[in-house]
Amino acid sequence: MQIVVNDEVHEVSAKTLAALIDELGYGEARIATAMDGSFVPVPYRARTVLREGARIEIVAPMQGG
Amino acid sequence: MTKSFYGTVLSSPLMLGTAQYPSPDILRDAVKAAQPGVVTVSLRRESAGERAGQAFWDLIQELGVPVLPNTAGCHTVKEAVTTAHMAREVFGTDWVKLEVIGELDTLQPDVFGLVEAARVLTEDGFKVFPYTTEDLVVAERLLAVGCEVLMPWGAPIGSGKGLNNVFGLRAMRAHFPDVPLVVDAGIGVPSHAAQALELGYDAVLINTAVAKAGEPAVMAEAFRFAVQAGTLARKADPMEERDMAVPSTPVVGKAMLA
Repeated sequence: MQIVVNDEVHEVSAKTLAALIDELGYGEARIATAMDGSFVPVPYRARTVLREGARIEIVAPMQGG
Repeated sequence: MTKSFYGTVLSSPLMLGTAQYPSPDILRDAVKAAQPGVVTVSLRRESAGERAGQAFWDLIQELGVPVLPNTAGCHTVKEAVTTAHMAREVFGTDWVKLEVIGELDTLQPDVFGLVEAARVLTEDGFKVFPYTTEDLVVAERLLAVGCEVLMPWGAPIGSGKGLNNVFGLRAMRAHFPDVPLVVDAGIGVPSHAAQALELGYDAVLINTAVAKAGEPAVMAEAFRFAVQAGTLARKADPMEERDMAVPSTPVVGKAMLA
């Protein structure tokens, strides 16, 4: 299945957002996720089912003003 | 009078941004020199191979200063609200510096979107620090939707122009005597920060002025002293301005030499 992660197209076998994060190799990184513009909290990742063309955002802490 | 920010009294009225420093080490030195009450932080996309986010998180943990996540770069209510939710999860705080940018040349807040985003986030339990203008009507609306802090700009973000509208900022202070007010954006040198505190503002938020100084850690220390000076000056109740001169040296007893 093809999905878009941070604007890059990925071919993945993961079926859920939690599985996707594992498959992409984020491991235990401190990240937050959104799918199709909506926030997906950590407890919801395992039950968030991916679909073809889903737009996933994965963000991490960053310097800010 | 020291005001609390959503029940928290800050250790310093200096809020320091963490962006644009030449290196993490220089950022660390600047934070140590500034001794800020809060540091601002943000979120950005990260690919799996990168570890920049983790490294920054580790640095923030090491510094031990409370964090205020922002929604910088957001132009819509939806973007800002979603970013705030992600920031709450990542940084473990319900504080958010809410930015909804309305105009690219000035990075002026979209105050209509700001009020709406503040309403949504406040209802969801966030403690919102809205980046706003000195407009009193907008300020009233922000308070009405649950904000307990206001952060009017001094000048456009990153411009270093200082307090562009002292009259407006003074009016805001007079109009909302009990609301914690922070001058956010536009401060270029420590005297601007001192001026904001002399006007009775409760804090200032600085980033570019320190990060883009030739010696960020030295400038950070200068800001530390400036906010102390401004706080003391406010406490000391500054003299009234006058239009005409008044001699400071007594004239009584002056020798007649003419």
